[in-house]
Amino acid sequence: MATEFHNLQELRHSASLANKVFIQRDYSEGTTCKFQTKFPSELESRIERTLFEDTVKTLNNYYAEAEKIGGQSYLEGCLACATAYLIFLCMETRYEKVLKKIGKYIQEQNEKIYAPRGLLITDPIERGMRVIEISIYEDRGSSGSSSGSSSVSGSTAR
Amino acid sequence: MKNCEYQQIDPRTLVVSPSSAQKHTEKEAERPRRKWEVFPGKNRFFCGGRIMLARQSGVLPLTLGLIVFTCGLFFGFDCSFLVEHLTVFIPMIAAVLFLFVVISLLWTSFTDPGILPRATPDEAADIEKQINTSGSSTYRPPPRTKEILINQQVVKLKYCFTCKMFRPPRTSHCSLCDNCVERFDHHCPWVGNCVGKRNYRFFYSFIISLSFLTSFIFGCVITHITLRSQICKSLVQAIQESPARYPLYISHFIILIEMLSCLDTSLCTVVELVVCFFSIWSILGLSGFHTYLVASNLTTNEDIKGSWSSKRGADESGNPYSHSNIITNCCATLCGPMPPSLIDRRGFVPPDEAIPAASASEIELPLFTAKNDAHMCTQSTKDMLERMVHSSDFHGLCPPGTSKTAPLGLGVTSTPARSTQPSPSALCSQQHVHQPVALPCTTYSRSSKRDSPLSINPAFRLASPSPSLSRVSLILDDSPDTGFVPIP
Repeated sequence: MATEFHNLQELRHSASLANKVFIQRDYSEGTTCKFQTKFPSELESRIERTLFEDTVKTLNNYYAEAEKIGGQSYLEGCLACATAYLIFLCMETRYEKVLKKIGKYIQEQNEKIYAPRGLLITDPIERGMRVIEISIYEDRGSSGSSSGSSSVSGSTAR
Repeated sequence: MKNCEYQQIDPRTLVVSPSSAQKHTEKEAERPRRKWEVFPGKNRFFCGGRIMLARQSGVLPLTLGLIVFTCGLFFGFDCSFLVEHLTVFIPMIAAVLFLFVVISLLWTSFTDPGILPRATPDEAADIEKQINTSGSSTYRPPPRTKEILINQQVVKLKYCFTCKMFRPPRTSHCSLCDNCVERFDHHCPWVGNCVGKRNYRFFYSFIISLSFLTSFIFGCVITHITLRSQICKSLVQAIQESPARYPLYISHFIILIEMLSCLDTSLCTVVELVVCFFSIWSILGLSGFHTYLVASNLTTNEDIKGSWSSKRGADESGNPYSHSNIITNCCATLCGPMPPSLIDRRGFVPPDEAIPAASASEIELPLFTAKNDAHMCTQSTKDMLERMVHSSDFHGLCPPGTSKTAPLGLGVTSTPARSTQPSPSALCSQQHVHQPVALPCTTYSRSSKRDSPLSINPAFRLASPSPSLSRVSLILDDSPDTGFVPIP
């Protein structure tokens, strides 16, 4: 942790936002929230493929857990209906609890894995659950205006 | 930061030079704006953003008034008679149903139906980059559809020109509200809001309970009239059978009085009868229709368009979202998990994104770049990474009660970026005009660290002209998507 923090300190003084990569949604299984695990080309030099895929797969699992239709969600739904949905005013739904977990996970991933590599993940909820936005930072001293290196990022299935 | 690459102007001089802007900044700094105040769609917000309605709230007051009026008449004029002659449970059941109807109606009207926030300029630029590079080298407008496979079935995603993104499946843009809504069912004028993913269950509860209520009131009213007419008849008979008790004219007079008193109460009953009779047909029909939709996991929009009709062949175009089991479909739609609201209405607009239009036009772009770069050099970079590390602190900034009122659409865990604030090169002419003045990193939100440096990054400035160019040559066929004005 001390090493990572040391890296963050260095990043602070020298980082500038160079590019953003957008990981799009994967709709192959319907409208449930799932992101593509295809490794974008812009990140090839920045992070190992396995780490990236692990992050996206874990996020996908979290979302699947939030949207799972099973016993607990039925119970929640029936209880809500019986109380004329007033229970939503008092209780936090399961989805929200999972979203909090996701927020913490992303924060942890940023601290441990992504920031030391000059990357930053934005929580998808801040982008309308449409994309995972990964910001790429570059050292000030190194490259100048790095305009979008080759463009196709996390390309959508066409 | 002396080794800042883009620093051409001493940041210290820039910070102090526009003194009027500084004062303006300070004034604005006292009142950070919430996101609902700058929301681009046609919605109205109440109670500080906790309640939202479509701008055209349609006939919601009429719906509410009609329900309250009819039930009021029922409780006032029929219940006393029915309690006397039948049972006390009648008004109790009616009261429960009435409360359920009104609460469901309010939930449906005031809940965010599943509005998708518009794409951030970066996202929009990224999409256009992908579209342009995948095509020919000569410029052409971005294609408006994209085909994907859902459960081995081809589905076309359309590009929304207003929201600048490819719409997720089952999402549609409501022209009345000017928003893309997930799992868009229809825009209901009776309810004054769109019906979409988040409030469909409330809408369904509303119409089902309203069917029960109208049927119940109708039944009670018929019973009332029947009983009363029987009583009147027996009264008339009783008087006629005992003529010796009263002189004839007095007995006639008594009959007349009794009939009048019957009629007096019956007028209200007749009004209720008429209202219930006409509403029953429509409400029961609607309930039946929506029950069918729920059972087959369809939306009104899809049903009307015939997206998954079996005419083209059962295997080719079945509904890819259906669970092929009626019970599962019903449970998934009505008892599924409650998705969160994606528009963060109560969050604060990140001040770094907001650039005063006047100063942007006065100051040349390189200067502006330098100024913000200097900011970034000195403070923002450090801040943004600190914020990232300590991002949970941001929740302390959110007003209390955010977590509790989630069903009304508040994003609990995070604040989506202010997706429509244009970059300095003004991507969108039709977006919200008011732009709070940029603050020198005094207040912040989680998204600011991502957006503010981006807005001045020359990499994105290169990308940004393309959307404005693309706007010129776009010809819109879909009327609901008309949101762009071609630049002359």
